[in-house]
This record gives sequence, structure tokens and C-alpha cells, in this order.
Amino acid sequence: MKYILLMSGTRAGVEAYHAWPKQDIEAHMAVLHRINRDLTESGEFVATQGLAEPKEAKVVRGEKNGLPVTDGIFPESKEFLLGYWIVDVPTAERAYAIAGRISAASVNMPIEVRQFATRESKS
Amino acid sequence: MKYILMMNTMKAGHGVPSWPKKDLQAHIAFMMGFNKELHERGELVSAEGLSFPDQAKLVRAGKDGQPITDGIFPESKEFLAGFWIIDVDNPQRAYEIAAKASAAPGPGGVPLNMPIEVRQVMSGPPPDML
Amino acid sequence: MTKKWDATSEHLLRELAPQVLGAVARRFRDFSTAEDSVQEAMIAAFTQWPQQGVPENPRGWLIQVACRRMMDHVRSEIARRERETTVAAETENLASLPEIEADMDPDDTLILLFMCCHPALTSSSAIALTLRAVGGLTTAEIANAFLVPEATMAQRISRAKQAIKTSGAPFRLPSPQERAGRLPAVLHVLYLIFSEGYASSIGSHLQRFDLAREAIRLTRNTKTLLPENAEVAGLLALMLLTDARRAARTGPDEELIPLDKQDRSLWDRVEISEGTELLTAALAKGSVGLYQLQAAIAVVHDEAERAEETDWPQILALYELLNRVSPSPMVTLNHAIAAAMVHGPVHGLTLLRALDTDPRLASHYRLAAVRAHLLERTGDYEAAIEHYRVAAARTTSIPERNYLMTQAARLAGD
Repeated sequence: MKYILLMSGTRAGVEAYHAWPKQDIEAHMAVLHRINRDLTESGEFVATQGLAEPKEAKVVRGEKNGLPVTDGIFPESKEFLLGYWIVDVPTAERAYAIAGRISAASVNMPIEVRQFATRESKS
Repeated sequence: MKYILMMNTMKAGHGVPSWPKKDLQAHIAFMMGFNKELHERGELVSAEGLSFPDQAKLVRAGKDGQPITDGIFPESKEFLAGFWIIDVDNPQRAYEIAAKASAAPGPGGVPLNMPIEVRQVMSGPPPDML
Repeated sequence: MTKKWDATSEHLLRELAPQVLGAVARRFRDFSTAEDSVQEAMIAAFTQWPQQGVPENPRGWLIQVACRRMMDHVRSEIARRERETTVAAETENLASLPEIEADMDPDDTLILLFMCCHPALTSSSAIALTLRAVGGLTTAEIANAFLVPEATMAQRISRAKQAIKTSGAPFRLPSPQERAGRLPAVLHVLYLIFSEGYASSIGSHLQRFDLAREAIRLTRNTKTLLPENAEVAGLLALMLLTDARRAARTGPDEELIPLDKQDRSLWDRVEISEGTELLTAALAKGSVGLYQLQAAIAVVHDEAERAEETDWPQILALYELLNRVSPSPMVTLNHAIAAAMVHGPVHGLTLLRALDTDPRLASHYRLAAVRAHLLERTGDYEAAIEHYRVAAARTTSIPERNYLMTQAARLAGD
């Protein structure tokens, strides 16, 4: 079963992270890389992605005069997606365990775990 | 250039829309057609739907290495319903695609105008991964 | 003299894979490295044969290439360990092709099946290894079938082989007593491959490897190797009888069509006929197992020319039997459906109440979906709509979700 593990943060949180000592940031990156390698080794890895700074993000809503209506505002306190992992595991508990490990590596920030819907049907 | 387009759930009851049957079918058909077109144009990398948010869990590490899974979501939280990853030549095309997704028809066939968040993603695996 | 690569060549190549692996694994007494070597030989064949033609002795070709790869692996392993004295001993294993072919055992494929479905393996690793070692699929094909990256699938296969090594399973056929205990694991893996393939065959998008067809092929081969075994025949029958309905379960807009609404003229009568014959022969052997029972239920459905002609009392009796042989929440659920068809929806709803306290099923979408369907039949439309929506919210299948939402909308009226 595929699960997506979502890491979100606020602008303030991201700025605080960028202000960490360089070696702490590198250590954090190293732990995440280790987790990704372990997930490949265990045959559970599907994908992972860090997302661009939300400065570049846009929110698009419908069309006016044939052009997309874009709106790039992310309020200071609004949570936005920092990155995600997609894993393929036999149980939800395993997905939670992986999320727990990512959380532990990331100052215990909460990781949202969501199961993928499939295009399949057993019927 | 790769972008992720994210759509949040429509808040209503169980999250399942209670629209008239033909409007529901029009919405489903629109989404299928939308994905098919992106696929035929070679712009679709992936399209995924997520299971409904009542099954969502917020997980933190526990003291003994066991995850804690009873985290409570903030009242105002918007949940991700699904996302597309597209590969396009420029950001304008990404916004065009997002606008089309946003205009998916809802009740009465009226475009929903859902907000679609557009973020750039890196083209290959992140450096030093694997 | 080579033969042109044509529509049958791929099938031939896959059929040869486990035979070649058996030969090489037996000769070198190293299943894991042999399996890697045969995979490399298969990829070489898939690359070269379409252009250069199929060799006169395709199996010999594969064995030779696999052996060469084995020697490369062995030499680099020796170089790593710097034990040159073992070179002579190891190269003794590179016997001539006729010797290797003479050593081959028709049971090799069966040995491989038992190995790949060893109880020490997780389901996902057994599935991956079986598809590669016995099915002759490439890692990339398997990865694509399961929608995971190739590196991930390669690791699953690696771990599977590591688990086999750790278990110390020898390269020989389990004894008849061991076999009886080990066969269920083999059949379970084959069944899982079929289920995965059948579930993902809905709709036409995503060109994925046809795992359902592959499972049928592997099970057919297993039946050839174990012709007296009624459960293998039962499993093959079940697969054929289920696969027969494939074309009818997806509508023109890729929507899910339930059994009672399917256009039965689209069912594959040849598969139904073969499945029915297989089952009849299996049942005559006396012992009735799980797969035979499920196949029997499928036969009753497939025999009915129209949904209205379905022999529900017989299906009910079969579910009652299944409930005794192998009770499970899903069996109970299906039993309730059959009971409702025979004794009415109120009776079915009463049976469902027992499941509300079963933690495995209480929050499962199917319980809500079945309840909704029965409530609709009693005329309690409001409750039915509610339960269809609950089911739609719980299911993780998009086609099922669309179907359930549409049922709710249909009842709610335009």
C-alpha cells in the first residue's frame, strides 16, 4: 500500500531553520539522506521531494479572460508543504514508524500520513 | 521544468460531495479527460488521489522509538486531496494547467474554482539521495 | 540457424527462464548469484534476439551466457577475497553445456517455486522473486507492474534471496510431507499476483504488465508439475473464472460495473468452460479446499446467463461451507449478501449487525457498501444514501469511490 508522508512548516519555522548553525543543518540533511537510503535498501522507497521555497509558489484559481488567476500569497503563519516521502509498505503501522523516524530526525515536528487512493478495484 | 499541483479537499460532511448524479458524473469525466489530455501531451508525470482525511494521521516520534499517532489536526487545517506532477516548458503553462484543474465542474455544472497550489519541484532525485 | 523473433518468442523466453535457473543454480550451488546471472542472460536475450533472431538452441544460449556471468561474479568475488587457490575448484563447475543440460531436472521449476515462496519471505518479496526467477520477468517489468522505482524492486528481490540464504533452504524438492505444508504459501503468492493483476486491470490507462495473465501461466505450469493436486487445480479454475469477467467490469467511461449489472455477452466463455472443467475434475478428487470452494462459487455466478438466473441458494450453501472451512470477515460479509438474496434484505442486514463488533471489519468500506445496498432494497433510501457516502469516504479505491458516490447520488435523485 502506498502512503505519502507530508512535512509542513510555516514561514517563521523555515526562517528559524535557515538560521541554525551550518553543521546542524548538514547533520539534519545527513539523517534524512540516511533514512532515504535505508528505505531503498528495505524495498519501501517510492519517491521523495523537497519543495521550492513558497516565495515562488502560486495559488491558481480558475480563469478570467482566458488567463489563470494567480495569487502568490502565503501568510506568515500559514502552513505550507516543505516536502514529502512516498513509501510502499504492507501495513499502516509501518508507514507510521517511518513517519516517526522522519519526525525524530526533524525536531519532532509532526508528519502527516495519508494513504494513496488507487486506480484499482478488487471487485 | 517540473511542478507539483496540489488540490485540497472540499469540506462537506464525510468529504463526499452530495451533488446530483449527472453533476458528479460530469466532474469525474472532466478529471479523467483532464488527466488523459496531460498524458497525451507528454506533460503528466504522475496524478495521485489520496484517501479521505478521516483516515489521516499526525505522527511524531515517541520516547521509546515507537511513533505517536494520536496527534490532533488544527481545526482550520486544509487537507490535501490529490496532486499532479507535471513536466512543462515554462511556468505559464503550469499555471494554465492549474487553472483548468481549478475550473473542474461542480454542482449545476458550475466551475468549482478550487485553489490549486503550484510549486516547482526538482527535476531529478535530490542530490546525494541514493 | 536462427529463427526470426515473433509473437511467440517472448513467451518461449519466459518459459525457459526457470529451467535455465534450475540448471545453473544446481551446477554452481549458489541460488542467489545464479538468479542474478540468469536475469542478466534474460536481459541480454531480450536485447539481442529481436535483432539477431532466436538462436537454434535458445535454452543452451541462455545457460552459456548465465554461466559466463556466474564466472564473472565468482572471479570478482575471489579477487575481492584474494583466494586464488579456489579459482581451480570454481572453474571445475563450468562444465560443458551438454553436461549441464543432462543434469537438468523437470522438477527444477517446482523447486524454484517452493524456494521463492518460502515462508521466511514477506509476501511482497516472495511475489517479486517469484516473478523474476520463475516468471522470467525483468526487474523493470516487475517494478512497472507495481508502480515502484526499479531500484526499490531490485532491493526487494535482493532481500528475498538474503532471507532464503539465511533460512538455509537447500536447492531440492521438499519431501512429500514438507510439500503439503509448504504448498499453501506457493498458492497464496500466485493468488496475490493474480489479485494484483486483476485489480489493476480496470480501465485502460497505465500500460502495466498483465500480472493476472502471468499468474494464470505460472499456476498452469504448477498444475503441470503437480497434476494430482486438487487445490492447485482449484486455484487455476478460480483465476480463469474470475479473469473471464474482466472485459465486462469496466464501462465506456472507465467506471466500475458490478457483477449483477455486467454485460455477460462480454464474458470469456472459453475461460469459463476451462475453469468449470478443471473444477469438476478437482472436486472429484475428494478433498475440498479453499480455492476450490471459491472457484465453485465463481462457477455458479458464471453459469447464469442473466444475473436474475443466479442460483443464490447454491451460493449461500457454498458460503456456509466456506465459513466452516476458512472463516473470515470477508466470507461473513459475502455470506450475508447471499443470505439476503435468498431470504431477503432484512435477513441480510441482521447478519451484518454481527460484524459491527468485529474490529477487522467495523470501519471497512465494504461493510458500509453492502449495508447501503441492502437498505436500498428494503426501501430505506435515506439510510442507504448515508451508508453509500460513508463507504465512499472509507474506500481507498478510486473506481469504487466513484461508483459508491454515484449510487448515493442516484438514490438522492436529480
